[in-house]
Amino acid sequence: MTDLSAPAPQTAPQTTRPRAQGRGFPVVSVALYALIIGGIIWGAYAGAQSMGYNWQWYRMPQYFYRLTDDGFQWGEIAIGLVKTLQLSTIAFVLATVIGLVVALLRMSGLVVGTAVAIGFLEFIRNMPILVLLYLFYYVLGPVFGFDRFTASILCLAVFHGALISEILRAGIQAVAPGQWEAAKSIGMSTTQAYRYIVLPQSVRFMLPPMTGEVVHLVKSSAIVSVIAVAELTTIGRNIISDTYMSFEVWFTIAAVYMVVTLILSIGVSWLENKYAVDH
Amino acid sequence: MRSDIRAHYDKHKHLLYSQIEDGLARFPMEHRNNIISARNVDKFYGAFQALYDVSLNVAKGERVVICGPSGSGKSTLIRCMNGLEFHNSGIITINGVEVNERSKQLPALRQDIGMVFQQFNLFPHLTILENLTIGPIRVRGVSKVEAEERARNYLERVHIPEQADKYPNQLSGGQQQRVAIARSLCMETQIMLFDEPTSALDPEMINEVLDVMIELADSGMTMVCVTHEMGFARKVADTMIFMEAGRIVETAPPNKFFTAPDSERCRLFLSQILAH
Ligand SMILES: Nc1ncnc2c1ncn2[C@@H]1O[C@H](COP(=O)(O)OP(=O)(O)OP(=O)(O)O)[C@@H](O)[C@H]1O
Ligand SMILES: [Mg+2]
Repeated sequence: MTDLSAPAPQTAPQTTRPRAQGRGFPVVSVALYALIIGGIIWGAYAGAQSMGYNWQWYRMPQYFYRLTDDGFQWGEIAIGLVKTLQLSTIAFVLATVIGLVVALLRMSGLVVGTAVAIGFLEFIRNMPILVLLYLFYYVLGPVFGFDRFTASILCLAVFHGALISEILRAGIQAVAPGQWEAAKSIGMSTTQAYRYIVLPQSVRFMLPPMTGEVVHLVKSSAIVSVIAVAELTTIGRNIISDTYMSFEVWFTIAAVYMVVTLILSIGVSWLENKYAVDH
Repeated sequence: MRSDIRAHYDKHKHLLYSQIEDGLARFPMEHRNNIISARNVDKFYGAFQALYDVSLNVAKGERVVICGPSGSGKSTLIRCMNGLEFHNSGIITINGVEVNERSKQLPALRQDIGMVFQQFNLFPHLTILENLTIGPIRVRGVSKVEAEERARNYLERVHIPEQADKYPNQLSGGQQQRVAIARSLCMETQIMLFDEPTSALDPEMINEVLDVMIELADSGMTMVCVTHEMGFARKVADTMIFMEAGRIVETAPPNKFFTAPDSERCRLFLSQILAH
């Protein structure tokens, strides 16, 4: 008869730790990426040529920074980028808090807690983020009196909080049940067991999907341009309406987003390496 | 004996000390205060009944060894003792305090009950020293300096003082299990529960762990061990318990248990296990 109460027997108990995957430089995927981007740029360029588009790349740098008689000044795109980063950072921190609360509620074993958590998840999952944004800005905004920036942050935080809660839950549940038992048997309370034993171990299970989620959040923050928060995408639209340089501006904005998300991915994969190192 | 007293005795025999037959001499009156007591315990996993009307008492300083075939409920029984599982009816008390689902004192209770698992369950993200100090520091509120001194002391006692700064996965199975024992000892527990502590170990490492357990027994620790190491059992046990299909079938001191057990099932089990 099998012993269901004990953790599944491992052949080499605790001697192996799962290593993070994807070590080394992913040559194929980078090549593929470059090929696709190259194709898009070439297609756009060819299209623009056939339209007789008047390229004015020389006018772009001023939107990053200007050197005037007053000295150095940041341009609109730089300011928009800062706004985007601000928005994303605050929203991400809030989303993580929401995610943790929802995940813990869901796993609390309390009937009400679980029901609330699942209800919240289903609600968010079945709601387009644009509708959620309108809800926050046009409905909740006037009721609670918050501005467009706050509405944007809350919308992003709630939307991504739901997704993050599932990542956290999976990470927590990936920790071997024996760890809980060991923590409890030295007298730890549930809170202590989470804090000192379970959460520190679940970090390495959470990091890879969390990276994806941060990148996702930075990109989906562009949605708040529909309520005219002055972040990167809104700035892009404004510049175009002044100058009609749609090709240059959208290429530039796209490149800025890509640089940001790439830096993020590289940063986190460094972190991941650190956490996955066999002691 | 008067017949009504006799009847009373027979009816409540199962409530008395497990060593009632000939243990009285070995456990003088003042030592016979129960540290663990289980009375008429039933345990269900869903519709499946894992324990049937189990009663046993463990006195302070007593060493109880539990054996029995796989699935007989040995793990379930000792996990009910420190509230890792909850029984459905009957009463379990530790030092007179009831162990049950509603108990707010469970964490406090568990501080006094060490548990050693088959799979060691060391904390892989902490060094050996941190594995030993996290309980005393976070749960008992001992200072870091004192906790570390205590930890090094117990590492010495389990014969691996030199491993303090390594991580669990850098140690052999036998060393890990000894760290797990030391981790419980660092909490200054009164009781140690062992659930097949040597059955995940390679044969050459079994003895190093058993030696530590024997030393522990010699120091007077109250121990409940689920194990099939009969050599160890003969050396340390005050009371042997044989379980089958969720029931305690035989309770006897080792000399009787190994030579003339009452139950046929127990005899059969022993002959199988001692055959190889
Ligand atoms: N969490 C659980 N859910 C359902 N059934 C369980 C659970 N834990 C144990 N059981 C069942 O209860 C019975 C007793 O299990 P237990 O682990 O106590 O046996 P054991 O005597 O320790 O066996 P082993 O020698 O294999 O460790 C078994 O039939 C087992 O399948
Ligand atoms: Mg077992």
